[in-house]
Amino acid sequence: MPFDGVKHRIGVLALQGAVSEHADMLSVLGADVSLVRTPAQLDGLDGLVMPGGESTAIARLAAPMGLLRAIRARLDGGDFGVLGTCAGLILLSDDIAEPGALAGFDRVGGLDVLVERNGYGGQLASFEADVECAAEDFEVGTIPASTPSRVAFIRAPIIRRVGAGVRVVATHQGNPVAVASGRIVAAAYHPEITGDLALHRYFLRTLGVSSSV
Amino acid sequence: MSTTAPANSTNTNPSTHPAAPEGNATTIVENHDLVPANRLNTGLAKMLKGGVIMDVVNAEQAKIAEDAGAVAVMALERVPADIRAQGGVARMSDPDLIDGIIEAVSIPVMAKARIGHFVEAQVLEALGVDYIDESEVLSPADYIHHINKREFSVPFVCGATNLGEALRRITEGAAMIRSKGEAGTGDVSEAMKHIRTIKAQIARLTSLSEDELYVEAKELQAPYELVKQVARDGKLPVVLFVAGGVATPADAAMMMQLGADGVFVGSGIFKSGNPEQRARAIVHATTHFNDPAEIAKASRGLGEAMVGINVADLPAPHRLAERGR
Repeated sequence: MPFDGVKHRIGVLALQGAVSEHADMLSVLGADVSLVRTPAQLDGLDGLVMPGGESTAIARLAAPMGLLRAIRARLDGGDFGVLGTCAGLILLSDDIAEPGALAGFDRVGGLDVLVERNGYGGQLASFEADVECAAEDFEVGTIPASTPSRVAFIRAPIIRRVGAGVRVVATHQGNPVAVASGRIVAAAYHPEITGDLALHRYFLRTLGVSSSV
Repeated sequence: MSTTAPANSTNTNPSTHPAAPEGNATTIVENHDLVPANRLNTGLAKMLKGGVIMDVVNAEQAKIAEDAGAVAVMALERVPADIRAQGGVARMSDPDLIDGIIEAVSIPVMAKARIGHFVEAQVLEALGVDYIDESEVLSPADYIHHINKREFSVPFVCGATNLGEALRRITEGAAMIRSKGEAGTGDVSEAMKHIRTIKAQIARLTSLSEDELYVEAKELQAPYELVKQVARDGKLPVVLFVAGGVATPADAAMMMQLGADGVFVGSGIFKSGNPEQRARAIVHATTHFNDPAEIAKASRGLGEAMVGINVADLPAPHRLAERGR
C-alpha cells in the first residue's frame, strides 16, 4: 500500500551498515526503494535514508565519489529529504564534539546540532528504551502516534546542542534523541533494530506529495 | 545539556526480549523463536555489515585500520601468520594493549579469547571491549566445551565451518558468525568452502518438510526450533561474515558475491608489503564487490601480498579450523 496514496522513491545509502533493515521498513510502508552507492543513483529520488553503521567508514567509502557532497547538493536543491539514524545523524550534523577520525572528511551537514559520538560509551552501555515522540509530529492519518516508541541505542551518539531552527521530535529522559529541520529528520537511535515504524512514517510524511507522481 | 548514560537494563539480560505491545500497528514484530543473544548484540553486528574488520596487535595498527575505513578492529596477541611461524600457545592480548587500542579508535574494538576460556572472556568484558571472538586462532583452553556466551552482556562472534557448527554457537549465545577459513595462510580456499557449505546447507533446509527437519536437526546436532527458524527465514538469525585466508581485494569481493555480510582480514594486511594501501584497497573492494572495474582499480600497485601457505600443504594438526566443533 503506497503511503498516503503516494509512492515515494526512497534510496538507502548502501555503503555499509544496516542497509537491508531500513530497505525492508520502507518497503513495508509502500515506498519504492533503491540502494545508493554513487551520486548518479540519487537521481529521481524523493528522499534518502542514511542508516546506522560506522560513520568513519561511511565517510571514507563515500569520499572517492563525493557522495556526501552530492547528497547535500540534493538537499539544498529542494524536493528531497534525508532521514539519518545513528551514524546517519552524525554525518548530517553541523558540529561534532570530537571528530577524531572523521576530521578532514566530507560530511553532509545541514542539521544545526552538536553531537558527541559514542556518547554513552561502548557496546556494554548500549540499551533499548521507550522514547517519547512529539505526538503531533508522529500522528499520521488515521494511525495514532506511537508514543512511546521502543528503539535501540547501539554505541549511540548524544545530541548535545540543538540549534534554533531545529525541532525536537523525540526525547528520552527529557533529552533530545530525534530532531527535524527542514527536510532532514535524524535520530540517535535505531528504530530498525526493534522494527518500530514511527520515525520512517514521519519521515515519509515530511516529504509530502511528490510533484512527479 | 547533559545526558547521563541510562542503566543498562536490557543488555544485562540476554535471554529475554521485550516484545512489542500486542496489536501495535506501528511495529513490525520480528519472528524470534530461539533468539540468539539479544537485539542489541545482534544489532551491533548489523551495523558492521558491508564492512571489513581487521586484526591488529597494537594501537598503531588500529589507527591504520580505522584510517583505512575498517568498521571494527580485532585485538589479538599475534596475527595468525606469526602464531603459525612462531608456534607456542596463543592467548588473549595484554590488557594494556587492549586499553591502548580502545583509546586510539572510535570504531568498535573486538578481542579474541581462547575457545572455552571463559575467564579470558570475563577479563575482556571487564576491559570494556565491544565484541569477543571466541577464536580457534588462539590455542583452545577447552577441547570439549565452548564458553556459555549467554552468561555475558558483551556480544560474541564465533567461527564455523558448517551450518551445524554455526547453529551450536548461536545456541550458546553467539550474536554473530564468521567462517573459520584457515587463518594465517593467505589461502582463501577454506573460507570459500565454509561459506559455500553454510549457504548450501541453509538453502537445503528451506526445501525440507517439517518431518524432515526433525531428522535434519539431529544430523546438524542443533536445536530443532533453531533449525526450523533458519528453514523458514532462509538465513541465519545473525550476521554472517567470512574470515580466514582473505589477503587481496579480489578475495574480499568474492566472499561478498558469495553472500557474506562482511569480511575479517587477519594477517593479510599487516603481513603485506604496504598495509595502509592494502587495507584501503580491501575496504574499497568490499563495498564495490559487484563492480569488477572498481575491484581492478583497488588491486593495482599494492606491492607484495602476504606470503601464502597452501592449506593442502598443512599437516592436519596445524589446521586451525579443526579446533572446536
